Amino acid sequence: MKKAIVNKNECVACGVCEKVCPRQAITIFHGIYADVNEDLCIGCKKCEKACPASVIQVVQKEVAS
Amino acid sequence: MKKWNEYLWMFSAVYMTLGFFNILFAWIGMICFITPLLLSIIGKGKIYCNSYCGRGQLFELLGGRLKLSSNRSIPAFIRSKWFRYGFLAFFMTMFAIMVFSTYLVFNGTNNLQEIVTLLWTIKLPWNWTNTSTVSPWIAQFAFGFYSVMLTSTILGLITMFFFKPRSWCVYCPMGTMTQGISMLKYRRKVKQNGTPSKRNS
Repeated sequence: MKKAIVNKNECVACGVCEKVCPRQAITIFHGIYADVNEDLCIGCKKCEKACPASVIQVVQKEVAS
Repeated sequence: MKKWNEYLWMFSAVYMTLGFFNILFAWIGMICFITPLLLSIIGKGKIYCNSYCGRGQLFELLGGRLKLSSNRSIPAFIRSKWFRYGFLAFFMTMFAIMVFSTYLVFNGTNNLQEIVTLLWTIKLPWNWTNTSTVSPWIAQFAFGFYSVMLTSTILGLITMFFFKPRSWCVYCPMGTMTQGISMLKYRRKVKQNGTPSKRNS
């Protein structure tokens, strides 16, 4: 499964990813960084493309059994 | 249906235009300074950036829908902490100097200078507005504040053009400040929360 991963330390918490996410899988954690709910994330890369700071990467993740 | 706050880009566009015709409209821009700070102080985080920032929406529109952005990744140093806080410090220093020059006009040391300063260096004569209806210091602050707003809009447009549409958001001093306030307010929660990805697995 592909999932979005946020570099929290460099995230500016602007909320652009939250806006473009078609599954509402991203929330801004108390205005500090973007928090991805991996249960909802479908790895569509919309957030990766939109992120102005380029701190989101969609990577292959192993499926939890 | 679109919500009212999705049209706030018009506010930004109208604001910059009004300031061009009558500098005193620059005062309205204080809303863009006070609202995000208040919202983050009362614990709403950076909701202003995402939901109410007209400038962000304007860049999104110009760079996204009108395709004026090259959509490249921003250089890594711009999103680094030292650059963001450094830019904030620089911005605040220039702002303080501007407030001080307003004070000098207020106490009569200096006369009103009808000049808009672009990028902190280029002085543009801006004397087509009749400002005699208000106290000189009110007009002086308007000139200074409009300079701040115009300069940051131009920087934002440049980075929008070269990088992603909302690149301004990466180093926006207001954004850095509201994030800083949120960090101070919620530092315990951040420690408890740990790595978000761990929590979900």
